[in-house]
Amino acid sequence: MNDPRGLPTDAMDESGGPGFSIGRRKLLTYAVSAPVMTIAAGFGVNLAIPSSAVAAPMPLMPADSVDYYDVGDSLVQVGAPTMPLVKLSVGTDGKVTLEMPRLEQGQGIATALGMMIAEEMDVPLSDVIVHSADAQPELRYNQITGGSSSIRCFDPVLPVMAAAARARLVAYAAQQWGLAPSSLRVEAGVVIAPDGRSATYGSLTVGAATLPLPSVQPKDPSQYKVIGHFTGRLDARDIVTGRKKFTMDLAVPNAKPTMLRMPSQIRGQVIGVNNLSTVKAMPGVIAVVVVPPGGSIVARQVGVAVMAETFGQAWDACRALDITWGDGTNQGQSNATIFAALKAANPPLAAPPLGALMVDGEFEFPPATACPLEVECAIVDARADRAEIWAGMQTPIVALQATAADLGLPEDSVQAHVIPSGGAFGRRLFWDPVQVAAYVSKATGRVCKLMYHRSDDIRHTRLRPPQVHNVRATLLGGSVVGYEQHIAAIRLDARHGYGEKGSAQTGALPEGTPQTLANLGYEQFFFKTMVASPYNYGFSTKVLTPVTFDWNTVSYRSVHIQPARLVEEIITDEIATAMGIDPVAFRLEYLRLPRARAVLQRVAGAAQWGKAMPAGFAQGVGVHQESRAFTACIVELDARDPKQAKVVRATIAIDLGKPINPSGIEQQCHGGLAEAISLVLNAGLTIKDGLPQEGSYGQYHWARMIDFPKSVEVIIMPNVGDPVAGMGEPGMSAPSGAIANAYARATGIKPRKFPLNAQAPFEATPPGQLPAPPL
Amino acid sequence: MPTYSFKVNGKAVKVTAPAGMALLWVLRDKLGITGPKYGCGMNVCKACTCLVNGSAVTTCSTTVSSVQGAEVTTIEGLANGDTLHPVQQAWLDLDVAQCGFCQAGQIMAAVDLLSRTRTPTDADIDAIENVCRCATYGRIRAAIRAAAEKMP
Repeated sequence: MNDPRGLPTDAMDESGGPGFSIGRRKLLTYAVSAPVMTIAAGFGVNLAIPSSAVAAPMPLMPADSVDYYDVGDSLVQVGAPTMPLVKLSVGTDGKVTLEMPRLEQGQGIATALGMMIAEEMDVPLSDVIVHSADAQPELRYNQITGGSSSIRCFDPVLPVMAAAARARLVAYAAQQWGLAPSSLRVEAGVVIAPDGRSATYGSLTVGAATLPLPSVQPKDPSQYKVIGHFTGRLDARDIVTGRKKFTMDLAVPNAKPTMLRMPSQIRGQVIGVNNLSTVKAMPGVIAVVVVPPGGSIVARQVGVAVMAETFGQAWDACRALDITWGDGTNQGQSNATIFAALKAANPPLAAPPLGALMVDGEFEFPPATACPLEVECAIVDARADRAEIWAGMQTPIVALQATAADLGLPEDSVQAHVIPSGGAFGRRLFWDPVQVAAYVSKATGRVCKLMYHRSDDIRHTRLRPPQVHNVRATLLGGSVVGYEQHIAAIRLDARHGYGEKGSAQTGALPEGTPQTLANLGYEQFFFKTMVASPYNYGFSTKVLTPVTFDWNTVSYRSVHIQPARLVEEIITDEIATAMGIDPVAFRLEYLRLPRARAVLQRVAGAAQWGKAMPAGFAQGVGVHQESRAFTACIVELDARDPKQAKVVRATIAIDLGKPINPSGIEQQCHGGLAEAISLVLNAGLTIKDGLPQEGSYGQYHWARMIDFPKSVEVIIMPNVGDPVAGMGEPGMSAPSGAIANAYARATGIKPRKFPLNAQAPFEATPPGQLPAPPL
Repeated sequence: MPTYSFKVNGKAVKVTAPAGMALLWVLRDKLGITGPKYGCGMNVCKACTCLVNGSAVTTCSTTVSSVQGAEVTTIEGLANGDTLHPVQQAWLDLDVAQCGFCQAGQIMAAVDLLSRTRTPTDADIDAIENVCRCATYGRIRAAIRAAAEKMP
């Protein structure tokens, strides 16, 4: 028996993994969650934006505007109006299901939200199901996964929804038994009366759905039994048994493996395929499709697609294609030409006052690729009158809307299923594999199961913009009186907007223009609401100058923040050195906020800051605030060979206000540390004639086991009542600063050009070609 | 096209495929076994790691013809019914996974290591090259050590 979407039921049972299977398993579920808007008190109290701001800084200390309003606040605000449309339901089997309008990409939000539900409803976590909702255009700006905002968006809302659901279930039991609701208690999803009568949530849900919406107050944190406790991922068992289904694992009937060979330069063109009939005759080949320029909102990835019976055959045929490529929009560009253009674009720093001591520097960051382990992929079934999409999407609504426009279909004829992804890190804010798969599906009349080859996935990725920072700190009369940081970067593509076409299209117009006023507006808005300084440096500014290149870029995890804050942490150490003050002592004096000082003091003690280190080794420190989180890190670095420096120990303290899942928080800190190791020491892309030379993890050196320190301690500061902070991105910058500063202390070399370690030479795959499988 | 007979997770299978087809695509596209993942196809990321006759191989770089008559074990075949392999159990106990995409390969690499030694050194663990983009390395190391003590 098939479900209406053409999926075999065996692909949809519980073992099918979250994000795909569960919501439709029971035909009868009854929504018992209260529309949140009706619970004015709970909603208003919890969502009040001013209460989420940090405590006011000390008198006479200049505040940073990000203390009061950041990009996470903007996401909370734009998501709030449609929160009542988010569905929490209790099935007749007693399972509680949240259709989460976010992408689970490994960051652990499904588990954290499940914990909030288990906490408020008094159900075992094993009875809570959280899967990514299909694209729901009516949610408007409330279905974008980014800005480390997911927990911040749901913490004010989901406990209220869950508490309301619990209250209605209890009220219905009370009504049936003629008892006062207050006399009943709930244990593990069972409502129990003082006389011993009991009823499961599953037996109450149908009746409870008829009751009016109660006014509820979520639990006081002092009552928490789930939140704040180490909790394993909801999908952990599916992962270790191989049952978790990613997009390419779905058994969509008749979906045909498809690979795309991409041009010899970024945004290059297909002039012609010279051996079309030969390739079409290869074993297993079903179709060869030239994917031309086009696409709504953002330009489609151009190339030549091969559809075949297996991916092995699609790859073989892709490799066999003889294609004449046309130049891309960045023909002749290399890292050197890009850095020269960025340096020319960066406005000069202001002249220092006479007699001032200056600490300054120029910093270079090459482009970086998010390179999630799951390559970009999508399944699209495009028919004359409807279409269906399966993919890991951070912005599924705009992906659906743009695909509808591409296919000439009304939006309500397109369904988009959000499948948990194998990482994302910002890369899946854009939906290019969906665009290509939709085009190929329409062209062939078949279901297209498209997967990029790793090599092209890296070379034609959406890049973290390469950038140059010019910095000057001004010291006068024994203190820091000014800090200027000018950042020139290739313009950041923000045309996903808030994940919905209204906000996306304003950024995209006029079509085909590489930079627009609206995109510039988003870019500057993101920069201004993300990049803060934790220090009191008097007159302190950070200015972003986007430089227009027609390149695919994206908000890679902590996009402007990690390089901007890394530079500030390096300069901070150099100021301390110039003033003859210990870097930790200096920071404690100049940090603006008590929570920042607290994490630094905690980490300095735990890491034994200042202890004797062998020759060639050094400690380094970094402090950071982002998304309402405060964090500090001290690393120990082995730089006996300055060309192969290696982090050997890391101690991290993080204050997230209200920690939800310590397990997930520690994992995100590990991820942030590995990002820092990679971006500071080892990983960067080398552009040559408009194309990255790197095409694998063997050439782009993302951290492996051997690079990760054997001693890592993560200290999570206790919940003392501060609002919940974002996680995911905030973990990168403190370790980045710590590593660079340890490098400087160990080697005496000022860190200026990243990555710092020597890059081993490699033989690049020729442009426009794919490597042969090593068989 | 030739036909190859071998065992996958204890079950005899017969597949018709070109001799040079990678075992990864035979498993995924012909047999519907999706635990082993494609991450690079170049023997670099190791996400496709499985066991052939008990030893770890990257199935993207192993031809189907080379496993004729062999015993292939994928992540799906590691548990004994509902009883998880000690490595899988250690992975659960320490909540190792993040996105999970590389984890089948990581677990198979760990099983391979522990089949060779019950007292893996740090250098032994460092030699596991499987990429984890989420960076679960610290917990992988701890889970390998925990599983080593529970291996039968």
